[in-house]
Amino acid sequence: FRFPSPIGHISTCPSLIGQCCKTHPGSFQEELVIRPLHSGDIYASFQFRTLWDTDFLQEGQKVSHYRLFPKSLGQVLSKFSVRELHISFTQGFWRTMQWGQPFIPSPPGAELWVWFHDTVSDVDGNWKELTNVLSGIFCASLNFIDLTNTVQPSASFKPLGLGNATDHRFLRYATLPREIVCTENLTPWKKLLPCGSKAGLAVLMKSEKLFHSSFHSQAVHIRPICQQCSSKAWELRQTLNVVFDLHTSGQGKKEWSLFKMFSRTLTEACPLASSSKVYVDITDNPEGELFELSPATPLLGQAVVLGDRRTYSVYDLSRAETFGQLRSFNLLLRWKGDSGDMLRPLLHAERYVAGFGLQTGEIHTVIYNNHPYRAFPVLLMDSVPWYLQLYIHTLTVTSKSRDNKPSYIHYQPAKDRHRPHLLEMLIQLPPHSMTEVTVQFERALLKWTEYTPDPNHGFYVGSSVVSALVPSMVAMRTNFTQDQPLFSSFVPVKEESSYFVRVYTEPLLVNLPTPDFSMPYNVICLTCTVVAVGYGSFYNLLTRTFQVDEPSPPLSKRLANLIRRMRGVPLLT
Amino acid sequence: MRIFTFCTIETGQFFSSGHTNNWAVLVCTSRFWFNYRHVANTLSVYRSVKRLGIPDSHIVLMLADDMACNYRNPKPATVFSHKNMELNVYGDDVEVDYRGYEVTVENFLRVLTGRLPPSTPRSKRLLSDDRSNILIYLTGHGGNGFLKFQDSEEISNMELADAFEQMWQKRRYNELLFIIDTCQGASMYERFYSPNLMALASSQVGEDSLSHQPDLAIGVHLMDKYTFYLLEFLEEVHPASQANMNDLFKVCPQSQCVSTPGHRTDLFQRNPGSVLITDFFGSVRKVEITKDTINLTSSLKPLIQSGDMQIESLTYVDQLPVAEIIHQKPKQKDWHPPDGFILGLWTLILLVFFQTYGIKHLKHIF
Repeated sequence: FRFPSPIGHISTCPSLIGQCCKTHPGSFQEELVIRPLHSGDIYASFQFRTLWDTDFLQEGQKVSHYRLFPKSLGQVLSKFSVRELHISFTQGFWRTMQWGQPFIPSPPGAELWVWFHDTVSDVDGNWKELTNVLSGIFCASLNFIDLTNTVQPSASFKPLGLGNATDHRFLRYATLPREIVCTENLTPWKKLLPCGSKAGLAVLMKSEKLFHSSFHSQAVHIRPICQQCSSKAWELRQTLNVVFDLHTSGQGKKEWSLFKMFSRTLTEACPLASSSKVYVDITDNPEGELFELSPATPLLGQAVVLGDRRTYSVYDLSRAETFGQLRSFNLLLRWKGDSGDMLRPLLHAERYVAGFGLQTGEIHTVIYNNHPYRAFPVLLMDSVPWYLQLYIHTLTVTSKSRDNKPSYIHYQPAKDRHRPHLLEMLIQLPPHSMTEVTVQFERALLKWTEYTPDPNHGFYVGSSVVSALVPSMVAMRTNFTQDQPLFSSFVPVKEESSYFVRVYTEPLLVNLPTPDFSMPYNVICLTCTVVAVGYGSFYNLLTRTFQVDEPSPPLSKRLANLIRRMRGVPLLT
Repeated sequence: MRIFTFCTIETGQFFSSGHTNNWAVLVCTSRFWFNYRHVANTLSVYRSVKRLGIPDSHIVLMLADDMACNYRNPKPATVFSHKNMELNVYGDDVEVDYRGYEVTVENFLRVLTGRLPPSTPRSKRLLSDDRSNILIYLTGHGGNGFLKFQDSEEISNMELADAFEQMWQKRRYNELLFIIDTCQGASMYERFYSPNLMALASSQVGEDSLSHQPDLAIGVHLMDKYTFYLLEFLEEVHPASQANMNDLFKVCPQSQCVSTPGHRTDLFQRNPGSVLITDFFGSVRKVEITKDTINLTSSLKPLIQSGDMQIESLTYVDQLPVAEIIHQKPKQKDWHPPDGFILGLWTLILLVFFQTYGIKHLKHIF
């Protein structure tokens, strides 16, 4: 990353023998990347990274002094022997064809995948408790994650952090496509940051603006990384990706500013941060003919991200002159010309349900390879709930209307009410083609109590995950250095000619045959009425005797009877 | 928060209530967009309670549906209580403990009685003790003797009364204020029989509680009348306020509310006129001021690493190792013979045996 020497670079001491009370227990970096999209929308990605040289999992040594790293997460990591944790909450769906590839992808709803340490004996028990604890930390209903929607992928989701052993018995993956993301999830997420939402880039996170967008995703990624590859450190990355729509943000003018996007401007960098930068992607605007960016900055940076070399204007918030006279930094981006067509992303996937009626259906997954001449393999992972009973013998994979046999298939059938279906396939995609994977299913009848309070909404099926090594146009850098910006250093790169990308498809919404929930009440009423009227009348006829009861005679008759009794004459009736 | 002064009247009042901490359980039981007002009701009480000092860790907030980020909401991440969008009761700092499908009768009763599974996080528990004053607020659709949860189940007044009795027996509260804003709300507190309970309802048996005003931009009714006037009353209350329960009983008379609010104080030991609003809606923080110096001893010991730290070869894993995946062997699971195979096998053996040696051997078996 070519960049004039960074200011204020704090180096962390490598952990050597006999080190006492480390003077620099970690570092914190924050950055914001703004990428104008071709449709006039704007994509903003925040990344906050906290590095800490400590070992949560070391025997006999309990970590108790937390400075930059949040204590709630540190305790979770040590209690459940977690090696890697990735959790994301997303509202909306990422439109790859219009917006390109995101820096860090995420599926709609909530997604959680965790690698446990190999010393754990009961992975399922730890997983269950971990989901409950996380549901309390993030105010989300993650406690709905149980064995009926957890899968153990056999080849996807390899660890993104350090590690040699990849025994997939210690991996758990679950997704809740129905999960709603709102301010109550953002509030605890912001509280995990060292500066909170008081200083630095996090002051821009106002929920009224963030949720009034086409796409909003917040995530927490924890993994062990190596620092200059001599020592291990824990990395906590908090990312927030948001795409603002030009038309719903009002005013119609084709311009963007920090104030229009977030209703705030920046006044200072986080004092605890070792670097605080704002990057704006100007690759499509080399001469300034597409849009105009102000305030101008002499700092430029280049980075290879997602297989492409991009140029960025860099604003360093740790320098006082960035804020200017008014002590406030507001970026302004005004569109001048009309942008042409966007370069088509090389990998794209879609999914939909076909069929009619409430008994059977078909799931179609379509994967597009838009590279003109290179073929590359993709790993497709599908996790389907048990109530959609897949007929695996109807599974077909076709590319260019010819059968395409996957080189690896792993299928774990579902067990009713115990586990979902898991299907993983390694498919070689021919160049410039569309591959279609179809499988038929039948809908199951659920028990009365298993329906949600609003069953006519439908039931969700989580997104499929397509993991691929896409050939890159530009050579990727294989060694991680500290100088790389955060958005280009998330996924470890092993070879220069390709980059790893993960694409999520749409979640599906299927209707299950829904019973009429008022029927038990109707049946009880009808049966009781019939029994009461039929048997009751019969019982009365059999067991009761009838007597004629005379009403009491009027006063005149009673007097007359009294006189007759005295006379001894028969009484009146 | 009350500041500890040396004035005797303040001191006397400070210790007269007998509670040391405050909790609040605020429940909205309705789902669907047209029940926006119930969520707004609950959030306005949440807002008042937070403003008067009860922290998030002592509030259990249960919202059965999400209105703020609902796709029908023209202003996402907001829930308004007044028309023309004057007051956003959702705010920027809100923590919902039970949301969506988690708001069920079972979870509500478990929160009250404390019988939760061991892995439940702290924020979802009501960790009250015998010196806690608890405020319980329920809103939703109800009828004579029941309250509807999410259009699929209901809680009866007898269950609620029994839950409070369980709480009393386990000494989970010092005093409890129960407020309910539903149709025929007074029927819900008719069956209470535990001591130290005070109850308020928005309408009597046979009356309906009405909603207040719609907002034409949002398209639904924003609040219920009783809670609207309750919010207006609570906005005037500040943490040092001396307003008492008799003022609360006067909130929303029939001229404003159309329904007749009711209250029940026969189970409460203190006189309602001496009970402050902040006893339930605010939070007690006792501060002890000391002038002595306290020495903090350093407990940090130097980290002695045991011998050489084994630095294993630190490498990253290949994200998509194609060759490795193709040659992956499937996991060996224990092989069991198919169902019925053993039974069939034994039947076959017996049949062959008796075929060859004749039927007369059968009598040795049966």
